[in-house]
Amino acid sequence: MSLGNQFGRVWRFFVGTAPRRFASVSVLLAIVSAIAPTKDFFSEWRHYQKEYLHLIRTRPDAGRLQRRFESGIHQIWIPEQRVVDRCTTCHVALQEASLGDVRKEPFRPHPAMPHSLTEFGCVVCHHGQGAATTVQEAHYSTKAWEQPILPARYLESSCGQCHMDALEGTPQLNLGRRLLARYGCAHCHAITQPDGTLVAPVDEPPSLEHVAEKTTREWIFAWTKNPQAYAASATMPNYRFSDQEAADIASFLVAQSTPSDNSARELPKSVASLPGSDTVQESTSLYGTLFCASCHAIQNAAGNLVGGEMAPELTRAGNKVNPDWLRRWLRAPQGYDPKTRMPRYRFDEKQITLLASFLLSKKDDDLLANVHLPASDAQSIARGKKLVSDYGCVACHRINGVKQPESFAPDLSRIGSKPLFQVGFLRGMPETLPDYIAGKIHDPRAFGPALKMPNFSLTDGQIEALTTALLAQTDRAVTMPPELVRSSPHPKYHPGGDAGRLMEDLRCQSCHAINGNGGDMAPDLTFEGSAVNRAWLLDFLKNPNTLRPALIRRMPKFNLSEAETKNLSDYMLSAYEASGFDSQALDLSTLNSDAAARGKQLFYSKYACQACHIADYKKDKGYVGPALAGVGDRLTPVWMYRWLKNPNALLPGTPMPNFNLSDDEARDLTAFLTTLKEHKKRGGK
Amino acid sequence: MKRFPVGLLALLLVLPGCTKRGNVNPSLSSKVYGAQIVQVSGDKQAAGVGSKLADPVVVQVNGADGSALAGALVSFQGDGLVLIPTEALSDAGGQVSVSVQLGGIPGSYQLVADTPKPGGGSTTINVREMALGYQEKVGKEVSYKYCTTCHDPESTPERVSNLDNLAPPLPHQFTDGNTLNNMSDADLIKIIADGGPALGKSPQTPAYRSTLTQAQIKAVVAYIRAIADPPYQPPATKR
Repeated sequence: MSLGNQFGRVWRFFVGTAPRRFASVSVLLAIVSAIAPTKDFFSEWRHYQKEYLHLIRTRPDAGRLQRRFESGIHQIWIPEQRVVDRCTTCHVALQEASLGDVRKEPFRPHPAMPHSLTEFGCVVCHHGQGAATTVQEAHYSTKAWEQPILPARYLESSCGQCHMDALEGTPQLNLGRRLLARYGCAHCHAITQPDGTLVAPVDEPPSLEHVAEKTTREWIFAWTKNPQAYAASATMPNYRFSDQEAADIASFLVAQSTPSDNSARELPKSVASLPGSDTVQESTSLYGTLFCASCHAIQNAAGNLVGGEMAPELTRAGNKVNPDWLRRWLRAPQGYDPKTRMPRYRFDEKQITLLASFLLSKKDDDLLANVHLPASDAQSIARGKKLVSDYGCVACHRINGVKQPESFAPDLSRIGSKPLFQVGFLRGMPETLPDYIAGKIHDPRAFGPALKMPNFSLTDGQIEALTTALLAQTDRAVTMPPELVRSSPHPKYHPGGDAGRLMEDLRCQSCHAINGNGGDMAPDLTFEGSAVNRAWLLDFLKNPNTLRPALIRRMPKFNLSEAETKNLSDYMLSAYEASGFDSQALDLSTLNSDAAARGKQLFYSKYACQACHIADYKKDKGYVGPALAGVGDRLTPVWMYRWLKNPNALLPGTPMPNFNLSDDEARDLTAFLTTLKEHKKRGGK
Repeated sequence: MKRFPVGLLALLLVLPGCTKRGNVNPSLSSKVYGAQIVQVSGDKQAAGVGSKLADPVVVQVNGADGSALAGALVSFQGDGLVLIPTEALSDAGGQVSVSVQLGGIPGSYQLVADTPKPGGGSTTINVREMALGYQEKVGKEVSYKYCTTCHDPESTPERVSNLDNLAPPLPHQFTDGNTLNNMSDADLIKIIADGGPALGKSPQTPAYRSTLTQAQIKAVVAYIRAIADPPYQPPATKR
């Protein structure tokens, strides 16, 4: 009662009479219309702008800075990118390089960057809410806006929204993308990149269709339990299977195995080898001289991996492989696995026996010592089959009788814009998308014991890189105007004809790139036909010797027949030619001894080529570029000349600088190089 | 009768709050005091802005006799750095290791490790780490491809150093601040673009004008400045 009474009194005081009504409404109107200017006056950005003006007052270039400063709200508007950025309202000095020593935010100038502020704005790279004018709304996620500032450690992901090629300034993104392909993420997850292509896996998990021929149920059990216990470098993840599950899977994989083409091959008689230490030494040195370590690694006594990572680690191969399988494999790898990257070497029986004995000696007696599996039965096999199909093993491996699952794992094409309300965070973890992605890669099963994603053994740096690559998969990236997406085409190239089949058999493209296709371990062969002399190529294919003294990874010897060598050389000389290499490019008659003498001067004095190249093994020591002793046998004069004029035109990305040589200088150097011949090589060993 | 459960409920609500507050900032204490703190490993690492350094920083506390001291309190701090842990007791070997995440702005960061001294006060050591921004990262990539084979005496499995194969005068390491800090940006750019002879130096440094872009050359200079030891002071702030 009394409350109503009081209200009535107040009501009468303000609106009792017409003048009072007028006064009240006027005051109310004044208050309402003052709200906006007041808010504006006390706003954060005005405070920062005042502070900035105070800061620059004492600078030596105060006058210039003040003239360039504009008060009020600043905005960068780029309609085609959907960018409305007001960040520069507070970050007033982003383009003032003279404030480089200022440490206080938001007044620091922007560090050097590849794009201009007016072209791309801020949020394309840094995320956050561009249109906001308070720190809280611009930098942090709110109910209305989920996009917080991207932490600096993942900043390179933003470059990945447009750039598909590996950039010099984004090592972490490049590594992350390599890992996405290398660790087989893309076998299970579809990841459509900004240029519309899918991430293609580059690891080649082996086919298991004939696995019983290669190894034992016990080994499969041990491997399935913990792949890294067998090989530290194994990329197969740990699925944390129980003993029972691993035994069931091993039973099924052995049961489904069918004979390979190789099994039909008669096994040649093993060459009787010398017993004792001689064999050990001989086989070890054969493993070395065949350059198996170019692709395969073995752990040394100190526990370090020595060798390449293209092919499986062999530290404990003796625990794994069946000796008969191994000898057949060394003979014809493609007879067991048609898709293997391993070349078919033309080993003789003695080499096969020695190599097999070397590899079988690589074992760790503890690995399978405690593995005692009960006999396999039908139930175990059936359980194994169910596990294999539930866990998506066929996403990576070919297995008889199990179909490849469709959309087995979530599509990650837009993972970088996944709404936070859809994310189930773990208790205690920071509730941000980068932390979620990194956490998920670090320990997927922590997010639910029933989840299938296995545990990859990755370092913190690798997880950071993978997270960076995945954060590039944003909504913005998917809808980026196509003219802004930078990617190089990925042509498919396979050599044709008889020589093509031979090159396929030797797996040349496992190491060499040809026309943009193939590995990067060995030199690009796209223009090899224009570069080398026929006699040299024939010789080299028969007996590859290294051109680069410092290289550990080298071309192996394939034991090619005379006919194969000729076939291969003819094909390469005619098919791998660069344009414009006719006699017009260089008048060969000018390569006389005077020119060679001048060239020698240029080589040793003006350009100090011996810093990187060896022209004469007796006095030069340069280890950076290929040795040039004998280059007169190897390279054609026209190639040398053109190469000297502009190496990058013939091999994009070569470390050899373009010296901007005059025509005369290039000719003189060519004349000198053509005199460098290695006569002793011919006819010798 | 009725009051009691309400009071209990209130107590139950208050208590978790108390325990939580206690857990947030566990303060270590120690009765062991070191006389000296020294750096063991992990200094002068360079990594991308905001990222975690590959190796932890390890410091060691020594007693007055110079031997390693276990159980001494060491605390870490650094402007802009995320440090885990911020304080710890030294282990049996007198060592404490801290993982370091760099700040988001390119440049040098100081990590200060601090241990209390017997008579009050404390002894400290400064450790410097470098955060590379976009330009310095480009410089690092470019120099790894074109420069370090000769300018770095260390060999790796992927790259054998060529420094020993050169004739004197030998190239300077890019970290060699004592030499390179005295060269102006313009001179460094000139020597990269036009080769050693442009500044009367060895022709073993080739000219990269037609191989690298101006931006790449500037990036190499920025990288050299970033990793210089002692640190590089730009001329503007020298005065």
